Amino acid sequence: MSLMNNLSTSMISSSSSAFLAPTSFNASRTRSVSVPLKSLNIVKCVSTPQEQQTAYKTKVSRNANIAKLQAGYLFPEVARRRAAHLLKYPNAQVISLGIGDTTEPIPDVITSAMAKKSHALSTLEGYSGYGAEQGEKAVRAALASTFYGNLGIEEDDIFVSDGAKCDISRLQVVFGSNVTMAVQDPSYPAYVDSSVIMGQTGQFQKDVEKYANIEYMRCTPENGFFPDLSTVARTDIIFFCSPNNPTGAAATREQLTQLVQFAKDNGSIIVYDSAYALYMSDENPRSIFEIPGAKEVAIETASFSKYAGFTGVRLGWTVVPKQLLFSDGFPVAKDFNRIVCTCFNGASNISQAGGLACLSPEGLQAMQEVIGFYKENTKIIVETFNSLGFKVYGGQNAPYVWVHFPGRNSWDVFSEILEKTHIVTTPGSGFGPGGEGFIRVSAFGHRENVLEACRRFKQLYN
Amino acid sequence: MYYSQFLSHVCMPHAVLSPPKRSWNSSESNAGRRVGHWSKVPRNVNLEKLRSGYLFPEISRHESEHLQKNPGASLIRLGIGDTTHPIPDTITQAMAEHVRGLSTIQGYRGYGAEQGNMALRKAIAGKFYQDMGIKAEEIFVSDGAQCDISRLQLLLGPNVTMAVQDPSFPAYIDSSVVVGQAGELEEETGKYGNITYMNCGPENHFFPDLSTIPRTDVIFFCSPNNPTGHAASRQQLKQLVEFAKANGSIIAYDSAYTAYIRDGSPRSIFEIPGAKEVAIEISSFSKFAGFTGVRLGWTVVPEELKYSNGFPVIKDFNRIVCTCFNGASNIAQAGGLACLSTDGYQALRNVIDYYMENAKILVDGFEPLGLKVYGGKNAPYIWVHFPGSNSWNVFSEILKKTNIVTVPGRGFGPAGEGYIRISAFGQREQILEASRRLKLYL
Repeated sequence: MSLMNNLSTSMISSSSSAFLAPTSFNASRTRSVSVPLKSLNIVKCVSTPQEQQTAYKTKVSRNANIAKLQAGYLFPEVARRRAAHLLKYPNAQVISLGIGDTTEPIPDVITSAMAKKSHALSTLEGYSGYGAEQGEKAVRAALASTFYGNLGIEEDDIFVSDGAKCDISRLQVVFGSNVTMAVQDPSYPAYVDSSVIMGQTGQFQKDVEKYANIEYMRCTPENGFFPDLSTVARTDIIFFCSPNNPTGAAATREQLTQLVQFAKDNGSIIVYDSAYALYMSDENPRSIFEIPGAKEVAIETASFSKYAGFTGVRLGWTVVPKQLLFSDGFPVAKDFNRIVCTCFNGASNISQAGGLACLSPEGLQAMQEVIGFYKENTKIIVETFNSLGFKVYGGQNAPYVWVHFPGRNSWDVFSEILEKTHIVTTPGSGFGPGGEGFIRVSAFGHRENVLEACRRFKQLYN
Repeated sequence: MYYSQFLSHVCMPHAVLSPPKRSWNSSESNAGRRVGHWSKVPRNVNLEKLRSGYLFPEISRHESEHLQKNPGASLIRLGIGDTTHPIPDTITQAMAEHVRGLSTIQGYRGYGAEQGNMALRKAIAGKFYQDMGIKAEEIFVSDGAQCDISRLQLLLGPNVTMAVQDPSFPAYIDSSVVVGQAGELEEETGKYGNITYMNCGPENHFFPDLSTIPRTDVIFFCSPNNPTGHAASRQQLKQLVEFAKANGSIIAYDSAYTAYIRDGSPRSIFEIPGAKEVAIEISSFSKFAGFTGVRLGWTVVPEELKYSNGFPVIKDFNRIVCTCFNGASNIAQAGGLACLSTDGYQALRNVIDYYMENAKILVDGFEPLGLKVYGGKNAPYIWVHFPGSNSWNVFSEILKKTNIVTVPGRGFGPAGEGYIRISAFGQREQILEASRRLKLYL
């Protein structure tokens, strides 16, 4: 798909080269890209250069905000390189520790609930059409009691969705183009990219690899991956992810208290991404709402993706407390609700049935087991890199290992690892300039693959 | 009782464009003292421009209030166009099988392609766009048309102008306001200043007189139409495509009800030569397959569609899909594939026939009453004219007197005033009962 970004428009409009140009946006997701062989022999020029020049264009201007984006979204780019690598080495046993994609089967207790719901949709009593856009009551109630039991977050503060990535963009639509934002650097690329698309940012500045108008809060080993807030300028919105993707750092109660205070003093809104909260080993807060006062300054977004293997099933949620108000006193939740009702139509009822099962005692137990499995993977990867003498971060509270390659360009390291070991990782600079010199290794994978990957790492770096 | 007598019982139209807005709970006390923490984040001015809730939750709210006042009422819901018929077995079995597969090593699937499962994209291309030159690669599977409309608006950005049919599905206008395209709401007309409203009524055969329409960048067009039920003819769509071409505009063509067409009208904008250079088509499994809760749809963005600088729209749409979305549920997609199998498709045609028989019953019920009724022939919506009336008042009266939920035409735009939309989804007994009650009351 991101191959399209590199093709010139002339290649797209010319029929002759259309056969040779990869047409599938899914080239990056399949094991091999097929090229129709016969067309390589017969190059029939159907369109002439003159026709290319006069190919019809509308008079609609391209959205200048999207034009600011520098390249494809990070993970399709990684996938593209994986696909290109497979073309080069069709027999390679590629191991993917790049995109944080879950690999283990979903526990039966959860899928049987979804199968039951599917069958029920074929019956008069069991059929349901449109659901509440905010999510099914039972799911909202279960989320409230499971995760926010004694935190004063109520069922109607919770909005069920088709995942955190989508919620991030919906939040940006709520906020609009006239707000400023701060992100951790490095951070999950959807925060920055959605901000650019919304028109909150200026141009990309190549020298510093940052978009103008975004406040990048550097998170490094030196500052314990928590920004020095005294050096951070005020912004309207602060995106904060903990446990962190990609660094794996989990903010302490003290750090989050500072963050909430900072937001309070500045009248800012924190968007707290807690997608990895259940991976926490340490006794750090799992929800921003564990911090007193957070309900007046924070939104929390979360996901079933990495807990229940729902990356393809699609289910998540966002908490917008009633106490969160815009500068004119208008409740943020009302606008979020309006966006949810206008720009969305609810998460799939089958996915929600699965979500409810996830939150049953049996489901929670089953999820913990799967999470435990990935945490064990993480441990193996951490030990491997430690033993090879690398400075390794993360891995304790998140399924990501953040490996330092001082002085090296992370895309180069990514390519070297891919070329020499057939392992896909993610280059740190994809997460922001603060990620340069790091590689993110994700711990999702079948145990044999993780063990094999570690063997290959040992071979390469010994 | 004839409808004219019914009308005399209804309040005369006044300046209320929508039901009174509920005021939000300010945390300010009556003394005007600020209570609690207020952030310093300004509210999005675009959202301020939306005057009330989205139309369909408003309908639900009225329904709930009515039920609270009349707890024993036997409500018949012909308002929100929600499907009611169970999904055919062959489709839910495919979904259940896929789900069970997710518990196995071989069958487990994680992240899918954001653009959708290639097998499904190919099936959609083969089933709906055969001979139109639309490729699987131009099809983006989604969680539904409502979501796609907003993603399309995000793609286009705040600096484009748009035209909508009047009346039209409210998401086009509301999403336009949200993204910042719409300008200010003019109280007297109920129209947003920057949106061009293309009047569609019986007088122009529900197709706008394009010679009176100024150029806009984008033209939203829905056929078969929600709410009027009109299916544009080939001739009308040719005009539309020519108009778009002459103006360098992009048509956003909503074909969500295409499966309901019975009279040979075009089922896709891409049946019209030249459309690939000017149109995007949005469609949905919701009304086609009863997937209103399952969530599945698609959008076609032809590779030929270019911005004024020659940049392919499809590239940017793809970027939006990869950044702001993470693919439709793989379970819904497994269902979608089964919908397009021979058995699945046939079973769905039977369900659609069932709904259209409902529509016929409703249409036949109104006509003898001397009411002008439109639609119901190529779409599951009946558009009933109550000339001179205030449609919210008619809506309320019908609800109060017959316990039937409908949708006031004004909810679909200023030109919807004086009309009521009645949807044909429902169990046969309910439809028959509704028809009886309406005959009695009207």
